[in-house]
Amino acid sequence: MQSRNFILFFSLSFLTMSLFLADLAWGSIHISLSEMIATFTGNGQDGINSEILLNFRLPKAITAVLAGASLSVAGLMMQTLFRNPLADPYILGVSSGASLGVALITMASAFLPVVLVNSGWAMILAAVIGAALVLLLVVGVSFRIQNAVSLLIVGIMFGTIAGSIVSVLQNFSNPDAIKLFVMWTFGSLSAVTWTYMQVLLPVSLIGIGMAFFLQKRLDGLLLGENYARGLGVPIIQTRFLIVIATGLLAGGITAFTGPIAFVGVAIPHIARGIFRTSGHKILLPATILCGASLLLVCDIISQIPTYTLPINTISSLFGAPVILWIILKRK
Amino acid sequence: MSVLSTHNLSIGYSKKRSKTIVQPALNLILQAGELVCLIGPNGTGKSTLLRTLAGLQKPLDGKIKIDDDELENLSHHEKAMLIALVLTDRVDIDNATVYDIVSFGRHPYSNWRGSFSEEDEKQVREAIEMVHLTQKRDDCFCELSDGERQRVMIAKALAQDTPIIMLDEPTAHLDLPNRIEIMLLLHRLSHKTGKAILLSTHELDLALQAADRIWLMSNAGVECGVPEDLVFNGSFNRTFESKYYFFNEANGNFSMNYPMTRKVWVTGDKTRMYWTLRALARAGYIVVSDAEFTITINQNSWILNEKEFSTVKDLLDELAILSA
Repeated sequence: MQSRNFILFFSLSFLTMSLFLADLAWGSIHISLSEMIATFTGNGQDGINSEILLNFRLPKAITAVLAGASLSVAGLMMQTLFRNPLADPYILGVSSGASLGVALITMASAFLPVVLVNSGWAMILAAVIGAALVLLLVVGVSFRIQNAVSLLIVGIMFGTIAGSIVSVLQNFSNPDAIKLFVMWTFGSLSAVTWTYMQVLLPVSLIGIGMAFFLQKRLDGLLLGENYARGLGVPIIQTRFLIVIATGLLAGGITAFTGPIAFVGVAIPHIARGIFRTSGHKILLPATILCGASLLLVCDIISQIPTYTLPINTISSLFGAPVILWIILKRK
Repeated sequence: MSVLSTHNLSIGYSKKRSKTIVQPALNLILQAGELVCLIGPNGTGKSTLLRTLAGLQKPLDGKIKIDDDELENLSHHEKAMLIALVLTDRVDIDNATVYDIVSFGRHPYSNWRGSFSEEDEKQVREAIEMVHLTQKRDDCFCELSDGERQRVMIAKALAQDTPIIMLDEPTAHLDLPNRIEIMLLLHRLSHKTGKAILLSTHELDLALQAADRIWLMSNAGVECGVPEDLVFNGSFNRTFESKYYFFNEANGNFSMNYPMTRKVWVTGDKTRMYWTLRALARAGYIVVSDAEFTITINQNSWILNEKEFSTVKDLLDELAILSA
């Protein structure tokens, strides 16, 4: 078992790294491996290619890795917390909350100071606050109801309310602002510049770090909250920390890349399938590697046509069949 | 030696301002090395008491003491070292083996990453051995029968290495052989390991046989005692009083109260007597000596009115014709 896991982790890490390099190489302009090495070591000849590589493709590839890892980890925590295989930040309205935050920033910008609107911090704060708010409401309700299906409906309802408010905002906004928002909802990995990366990277790393800190408690939650309490897991504190971590991960990523559907729900299942375990000690690193790989693949695919496809579409095309497979498997 | 005691414990639910007291002023004692069965009709608060003693629910009033510490003052972690739980909550974890589930019992002892020491592994192995599942150690939990699953959960509680184990209806959903096996197992474990085991159950006859002591819960409070004492002093009859059934002190079971309007007298073979009486009671006959008809039980048949019957059905049919 140990050696099997080691081989799997080794292969997955190798796959992720290869995909990362492939993602850097592919695009409308092909950049060879030797050119990459030259650029990274500071011996680059071609100014344009190294410019594309360093300031466009590299942050984009890192964003793909961060987004894939963060959304997958957030999805894993949601599935464990709600003990529902179909739970993910998107389904429970976290991403809708983030959308609402971003909608307020982009479309209600007329009422806000310009400095605030143009700063990366404002975007990420709005999205994180929106995401955490919806998630807190969902968790608040979860204290009252035990049934996971009802809770899912509650999450969807909060998401719908957030969506409706976004529609109302759109109704009162000028076309430019609406277009800005709609473009955001398509999802894009290339919007993250190095400046934004200074915000996104620590937020993601803190969220993932929290998940690792919570791994034993997450394991305890697998047995259900009563059993977990009997094993000494402080439930209320743990729920709260999971909410914060998920808010940071899902909210943070969604703020900069737009909503990326299905990654959060699909990847944990793929990781469970590959590693044949439910233990978070294995699943956390496994979801990170699988999530990063999947989004890198999505990004590579989205660049194949001459006109770049929105990342949200590609991830849905991958994710929806996985959900179907889960339902059919569970009967 | 008392490991757990309650002092004027009042249990129930509080919602905002209103309090619903299910049981007031309970003074109970749980001793090391004994199996205590908590029984009583539905709605008297068995689960509430168990949940309160386990620390899953706050008491409305009074104290629960484990050794000399008050339960409320203990941290989650300290509680987990004292009380292990087996609940009715369904456990459904993808890919988890028997070993994985039992390992959860070591949760309070492992480090923050959940890594196991040799002692942890030894405890898990021994717990699995104690419930006789060593052969199924690496089997998927989802493939086990209900009885085996329950034994795995008991092993989890054993691995937790606590002086107290509490089980909420551990025999529910099990067939008779499995119910007996679980009760026997718990009885043996309490005596062998010196743990105090408290369980709630609806299986009266099993509880009467296996329990060292019984906590009999009714709306009037909780009566504690050795099962037989509670039978003799009429506590069972009082607790389960109904016009539809009665607690049969002869066999520790419930018997149904049929409206018996017709009289008949029965003599003869002792082994068939019990079943004959049951059939007659169901058909509405009371057995009295001044009856008009007399049934004589032979080795293989019944005789009524000088006719011989080989089945109970024929006997009852004849009786119906005669009484009509």
